[in-house]
Amino acid sequence: MSDFLLEIGTEEIPHWMVPGALEQLAKLDLFGATVHVDATSRRLTVWASGVPDRTADSEQVLKGPPLTSGDKAAEGFAKKQGADVSALRKVGNYYELVKRVEGRPVRDILAETLPGFVLGLQWPKTMYWTGGKTGPRFIRPIRWLVALLGSDVIPFEIAGVKTGNVTRGHRILGSSAIPVTTANYEAELRKNGVILSSSERRKKIEAEAMALGANIEPELRETLTFITEWPTAIRGDFHPDYLGLPAEVLTMVMRHHQKYFSVETEPGKLAPHFVAILNTNDDPDGLVKNGNERVLKARFNDARFFWDVDQQKRLADRVDDLAKVTFQAKLGSYKEKTDRTVALVKELGGDADAQRAALLAKCDLVTDMVKEFTDLQGIVGGLYARAQGENEAVASAIYSHYKPLSMEDSIPGTRNGLIVALADKLDTLRGCFKIGLVPTGSKDPFALRRAAQGVVKILVEGKLEYTLDSLVEGELKAFMIERIQHYFREVRGFKWDEVNAVLASGCGTLVDVEARLTALAAVRPTSNFEPLAASFKRTSNILKQANFKPSGPLNVTMLESGPEAELHVAFDAVRAATKGEGYQQALEVVATLRPKLDLFFDKVMVNVPDEQLRANRLTLLHELLTEFSTIADFSEIVTSGEQK
Amino acid sequence: MDTFQETILKLKRYWSDRGAVLQEPHDIEVGAGTNSPETFLRVLGSKPYRVGYVQPSRRTADGRYGENPNRLYKHHQFQLILKPSPDDVLDLYLGSLKAIGIDLEKHDIKLEEDNWEAPTLGAWGVGWQVMLDGLEITQFTYFQQVGGIDLELVPAEITYGLERIVAFLQNVDSIYDIVWAPGVKYGDVRFADELQYSVYNFEMANVDRLWRLLGEHEAECKELLAMYADSPDKRRFPVLPTYDHVLKCSHLFNLLDARGAISVTERVGVIKRVRDLAVGTAKIWTDQQSQEVSA
Repeated sequence: MSDFLLEIGTEEIPHWMVPGALEQLAKLDLFGATVHVDATSRRLTVWASGVPDRTADSEQVLKGPPLTSGDKAAEGFAKKQGADVSALRKVGNYYELVKRVEGRPVRDILAETLPGFVLGLQWPKTMYWTGGKTGPRFIRPIRWLVALLGSDVIPFEIAGVKTGNVTRGHRILGSSAIPVTTANYEAELRKNGVILSSSERRKKIEAEAMALGANIEPELRETLTFITEWPTAIRGDFHPDYLGLPAEVLTMVMRHHQKYFSVETEPGKLAPHFVAILNTNDDPDGLVKNGNERVLKARFNDARFFWDVDQQKRLADRVDDLAKVTFQAKLGSYKEKTDRTVALVKELGGDADAQRAALLAKCDLVTDMVKEFTDLQGIVGGLYARAQGENEAVASAIYSHYKPLSMEDSIPGTRNGLIVALADKLDTLRGCFKIGLVPTGSKDPFALRRAAQGVVKILVEGKLEYTLDSLVEGELKAFMIERIQHYFREVRGFKWDEVNAVLASGCGTLVDVEARLTALAAVRPTSNFEPLAASFKRTSNILKQANFKPSGPLNVTMLESGPEAELHVAFDAVRAATKGEGYQQALEVVATLRPKLDLFFDKVMVNVPDEQLRANRLTLLHELLTEFSTIADFSEIVTSGEQK
Repeated sequence: MDTFQETILKLKRYWSDRGAVLQEPHDIEVGAGTNSPETFLRVLGSKPYRVGYVQPSRRTADGRYGENPNRLYKHHQFQLILKPSPDDVLDLYLGSLKAIGIDLEKHDIKLEEDNWEAPTLGAWGVGWQVMLDGLEITQFTYFQQVGGIDLELVPAEITYGLERIVAFLQNVDSIYDIVWAPGVKYGDVRFADELQYSVYNFEMANVDRLWRLLGEHEAECKELLAMYADSPDKRRFPVLPTYDHVLKCSHLFNLLDARGAISVTERVGVIKRVRDLAVGTAKIWTDQQSQEVSA
């Protein structure tokens, strides 16, 4: 048994790709040993202890020629396998050879397989750097390789780089040639300015930044964890005058452009400081602080300049400029999109403020501020609208009309905001589907899934009472239903079959779907429910098999006394009792049908030879199923007996 | 403290010592050092090459009449091509920063992913922006494709933003306060350019004439491209002058864009027109190179 170490030394890997690479590296097969992985900005490391030095011997059974093919064939087969003919066995009608396969040194096996494993890692974008286009591809050039099993180097080569036992430290803080063993690898790295453990770097960033008052933003913290080898936090300052700029702009500049944490005096109130994370251990002369402060000042000056210049032309005067900005080649400019969105807002019952917001919503795309800080689209429009005297309803609707940007993001906070956000996304969806830009697999360049998900979230959580059919049709409707299912299952946690059951009863408004789902999930654990669902499924199957279409109303006089008539009485009673009830109460009452329905199936034969009688019984079942399937189609419920 | 020109001299000395040919800037307007034939054409084919030069680069739309301390119509890049890129290319690069007086032990250097793409050149690559104490000082790119052609020898392109670097070294807030030569400031040398070209680019350039010029240069370029196939002596064929007309078209496109004279529908079309010329020229250049090799 030996310890194993593999370090792939590269030039700086894009931070956002590292976690995905680690997941793949953890799948390295080390013959049963537990695999550990970690990474910094310029190394990917895999290690394990207890890796066997040899694989075990094994036996391989090889099927030979048929007995009828004669001695020559048998000899030939044995010879080819390097065995004596006497070693052959006769099994059934064939010769057979049990071949002993000797175990092999794991070092040899790894030397053969590791190059393919390393180059087989999947990256969102790769490059070649040696050997032309047919040369090896990786995320960035591989510059060194450490591969050890015990004290032996596992010999192989990738892209002209040979494995060895020599690693490299931090670009500035460490040595560029450090001999290591499996035992001292991490400690040697630490001496040379590299903290291998990403979780340790993460904690260091968080602890130091928080001590300096930083407002820790998790996504930025992750970026910084993988962009560094030795992170250190420092605090810098900016002139309080800049606090006159909107907090959104200041935060965007700090966070997205400069990768700084912002500092708040109290929640929501920025302080004139920032926290930067260095990839080094110290700022002895304050030069790094000074440099970062100067960059930030220049950035803030730019933002102020953009703000001032942009105010010289009101949003309302920029509507026609949108004709110069392409939305999509076949769907025309943003001016055309704006016209469509305004019309749609009107159609959706949006008031004058909502229509005004839709008209101005995209105008910030032609401002200098948004050209520079694209992520602030919408937000800048809202801030400008407010500064230019548009009323608050208009300004806030513009501000929030890109929301929700993700499933975690909130929806717009006002009804006008909801309608404008809905119309904007719907227009994109309708337009793209009309010209065949439908997302396939991982390809979704117009982020239509996100738009559709946004529509679902707005309709449900914004409690907007538009029916799905009034908003979408055809292929887009099918696409929306997928997103509705996704939303209720993944985001809201409803069970797979509950969502199927409710949607099978029709979609209507999503507010209604949510109410029916909530009722169904609440009733589901009660004792009568699942057996009733099973009976409904049976009912549905019987009707399906009979290919039944009702030809008239139920003939009550034909009902047999006993379970059939009793079921009918119970059915009438339940029907009366559910009228006007909420979904949950209705479902609870329906569940009480269970004993009568069970008894019916137990005692009454549906498929009787008498055609009239059979038709009447099927009619009874059909009415019952139709009546009680408006909330959910119970036949979609997977009952415990069926679960795989 | 080094002057602007002293820093340039040090960079040139550093790379000259490492085998680079020191070229002078190309004498036709370009938007970036990449557009110079010393980069665009030389990275194609199988001949190793190292070259460095200062390239004045015009970004017509970035002109601010000399009023913005951080933005310029024309800035200076020190452009370096190492073809093929050596294994220690990043160490060499960090060495160049030391050579111009940056004590790396007292600063924070990070390489942040930044991939590069130039649709008008049919070119792309992967790389980083190099951040020094939060300031982007260099664009580093491993070219993968140029002129629509996959590269045989992947070069490293290192583009130093000279104004930013020197403003940093001299600790000044405005580019115009950079000391260019002893007793002479950047503003003394360049302010008039910034003001007058902003006025011309944004207010006075004659749009109709610019369109006509674009058409003329395109026609000349296309005609030359069409003649290459049947030219009897390929080595004599004027590929380099052909490329100059591509650059003229590219610059006129930028001027028209700055004048707001290119509509949405036209824009995509004009970009394609320029790219077709660039791709066509890259193709005949590569062919001409292979003729030389076999000759």
